[in-house]
Amino acid sequence: MSSSEATKGVRRGKRRFDVLPLLPVLIAGLTVLPVAVVVSALFTPSPEVWLHLWRTILPDMLTNTVLLLAGVGTGTLLLGVGLAWLTTTCDFPGRRSFTWLLVLPMAVPAYIMGFIYTAIFDFAGPVQTLIRELGLGIAVPQIRSPAGAILVMTLVLYPYVYLLARAGFEEQSGTAFEAARSLGAGRSRLFFRLALPLARPSIAAGVALALMEALADFATVRHFNFPTMSDGILRVWHGLMDLQAASEMAGLLAIFALVLLLAEKRSRSRRAYHQSKGRRPGIPAQRLSGWRGIAATALCSVVLIAAFGLPLAQLIHWATRELAVLTPGTFAVYARLAANSLTLSAAAALLTVALALLMISLSRLKGSRVSGYATRLVTIGYSIPGAVIAVGILILLAAIDRAANTLAVSWLNVTPGLILTGSLVGLIYAYGVRFMAVAYSGVESSMDKISPNTVLAGRALGARPLRLTLKIKLPLMLPGIIAAAILVFVDVMKELPITVVLRPMGYDTLAVWVWQMSSESLWTATALPALAIVLAGLLPIRLLLRIGTAHR
Amino acid sequence: MTFKPDGQPADGLSAPSYVELSDVRKEYDGCVAVDDLSVSIARGEFFSLLGPSGCGKTTTLRLIAGLERPGSGRIAVDNRLVSDASFVLPPEERGVGIVFQDYALFPHMTVFENVSFGLHGRGKAHIHHRVGELLDLVGLTGLGKSYPHELSGGQRQRVALARSMAPSPSVILLDEPFSNLDADLRTTLRQETRDILRVEGATVILVTHDQEEAFSFSDRVGLLNAGRLEQVGSPYQIYHHPASRFVADFVGKADFIPCTLRGDRLVSSLGRFRHQGLSGPDSAPFELMIRPDDVTIAPDPLGEAIIAETIFLGADALYTLELPDATRLHSLGPSAKLLPDGTRVKVTVELAHVVAFPKD
Repeated sequence: MSSSEATKGVRRGKRRFDVLPLLPVLIAGLTVLPVAVVVSALFTPSPEVWLHLWRTILPDMLTNTVLLLAGVGTGTLLLGVGLAWLTTTCDFPGRRSFTWLLVLPMAVPAYIMGFIYTAIFDFAGPVQTLIRELGLGIAVPQIRSPAGAILVMTLVLYPYVYLLARAGFEEQSGTAFEAARSLGAGRSRLFFRLALPLARPSIAAGVALALMEALADFATVRHFNFPTMSDGILRVWHGLMDLQAASEMAGLLAIFALVLLLAEKRSRSRRAYHQSKGRRPGIPAQRLSGWRGIAATALCSVVLIAAFGLPLAQLIHWATRELAVLTPGTFAVYARLAANSLTLSAAAALLTVALALLMISLSRLKGSRVSGYATRLVTIGYSIPGAVIAVGILILLAAIDRAANTLAVSWLNVTPGLILTGSLVGLIYAYGVRFMAVAYSGVESSMDKISPNTVLAGRALGARPLRLTLKIKLPLMLPGIIAAAILVFVDVMKELPITVVLRPMGYDTLAVWVWQMSSESLWTATALPALAIVLAGLLPIRLLLRIGTAHR
Repeated sequence: MTFKPDGQPADGLSAPSYVELSDVRKEYDGCVAVDDLSVSIARGEFFSLLGPSGCGKTTTLRLIAGLERPGSGRIAVDNRLVSDASFVLPPEERGVGIVFQDYALFPHMTVFENVSFGLHGRGKAHIHHRVGELLDLVGLTGLGKSYPHELSGGQRQRVALARSMAPSPSVILLDEPFSNLDADLRTTLRQETRDILRVEGATVILVTHDQEEAFSFSDRVGLLNAGRLEQVGSPYQIYHHPASRFVADFVGKADFIPCTLRGDRLVSSLGRFRHQGLSGPDSAPFELMIRPDDVTIAPDPLGEAIIAETIFLGADALYTLELPDATRLHSLGPSAKLLPDGTRVKVTVELAHVVAFPKD
């Protein structure tokens, strides 16, 4: 910090007006703008739109959204905390492998999981067919139901809670637990009085992240005929092309998201419990013997198979059938889908990481309060559902296009039509808004890891700023920067709502293809692209786990 | 007072054993941490396990607490078996209090909640009375609603002490509880802790690497080296009658001067000293232990030694003397009349206790 300030001081002297510190503010402004546009729609409500929404879809969707959040919240909380406690404090056969295997379901997007489950358990699916053929007469509960949607989302989203709860449990001082035991506390008392309250901030943050994902989802709930707010926005936009109604609903959804964001930020900031680091960190693991150990192994296996093994096996099964009949024509289609996905993901990753680097460097150079606020604003995007961002950007781009057309008509007497709306610009912009936080926090933590003394040591040895950056800072930050880029890359690859709304006509990606084919129950056609998405999704998990073990 | 090699206290403290370790052994990955250790501690006794880091003293403490399982041997408290290789009474059923080096306070609970944690299940009135009593005892009256992070290091230490005492455990284990404190505070708190624990009448086992702490705190000291007890005895015995060179070196600065056995005398370049109980053939080589406070010096142009180096310690000065045969000897003297380096001095050695070890 001090080194940067000094060099900055020298440079500042030459310039009369410095625009650089304003850059972070500009970037932050552009990030917040689409959300602000949508939220401001709430302040200028059109009564007839609301009245119409209220009479038709709104009450159902509000109820469903609340129901989904309650269900997924409870489900991920129980599953995530339970598995985290089991794998950190109990020893049973396979525990070491399960600690990382149980994170894998994160790689399967909910919308892929959703159609696989409906395909397997629906009336026409293999399970019910088998039951009918065997004449067993077992009544299988309807999978296309609220409970089905909640189950599937819980299975893919519990790893957020699991990972953060584990981190919360692992950072607890082992001696505090030993002290509690010497004071007569049994295992349940250790859990409820000590472990749970201490890990609560981490757990709350995990649940908030899972709920943000659930709130943003539209495709999974549609598979299960369980329309929520996100789904509603897309229905209104696609079905009625009614931007006014869509933006009103998006505004409402944004409020939901901001409440979640606030809850998450609050719980994270309260992590400041002074936890003395003992010589023996971590809660001592207890060996589960006999049937209890087997039960623990069985529980972890069931979750892993349900949330990862089963969908993966089904996808591979479909994929082999598809590969058997693959023609050059369909191969070309897949290749184009993959190329589109890769282009978009790479562009978004480069853009967000470059902007994050720029913002962080500038805000550190200046250390000004304004750019400090700006950087905090830039990270709200990850909590905002894609549908909200998409609608906000549609409104913005449409306004710009309209203005451009008016100008062109009055000056040149030509009508250029839609320039920005329906171009890749809007799409990349929206990805930037949504995933800037991912790039930002990755780059920031990699920069935080550089000790100021390392840089000072370099300066003391006579290195100039450029050499410091190239020879010391950049090599130290590079792994973090690459990791951030990979995270954004994969997030964009899985992204659905923004892509569905903002993509140029006919510009399909892997995710959009999977979504379209699965809505028409063309299972085998989804297999290869879906498999590609899942495999790509394993990449960031690999990073996540490496970071996790490096800490220990 | 006479030195008994078996380490039994000579000052009458030989009550029936309350905490008894018999041939306790503990290995980690083939590394012996506690090596067939046997010791018995009387009810109400203050006992210290003293030794360098890695000598197995904390492992011994954890074995007594039930936090580790011994590889072999047995541990009994009040004539009741609590640990052997096949059975370990879990710590929550043992009634043994522990104060950890890092205090291990529950950060999300107030001082009151911390101290009352071990009183779970007792009546509300009893809990309030007991916690209030303990907070008064440790001098934290009125701080019950504070959180650990709002307290100073010394206050946290006292909360940890009060917490461990709350359920009135029969044995209290202290694992280097003063080592995270400033030097000044350490001495005060040590004496306070001692007085507080005496009031409760508990049996106390302290683990420390600081011999001054062990000496000033406890009735008896057990000196551990590489998992073995080198010596057990009163602080006086340990300091003045060390059983081995290791003990002599560990508990204070000592020089070892070569000498030979001649009947009931030891003959050295610094004079002849009458010994007791040493045996060996005539002219057998020995090493005589001399502590710096046994050595006085006076400036004398005809003296046999020269001051080679002086370390100023405050009230005292530690002189390094060089003898004619190039051996070095230390002397502790008042620092007010500091003698310059190079001064020739006459050396007088007055040994209250003659301690010597056969030279290998």
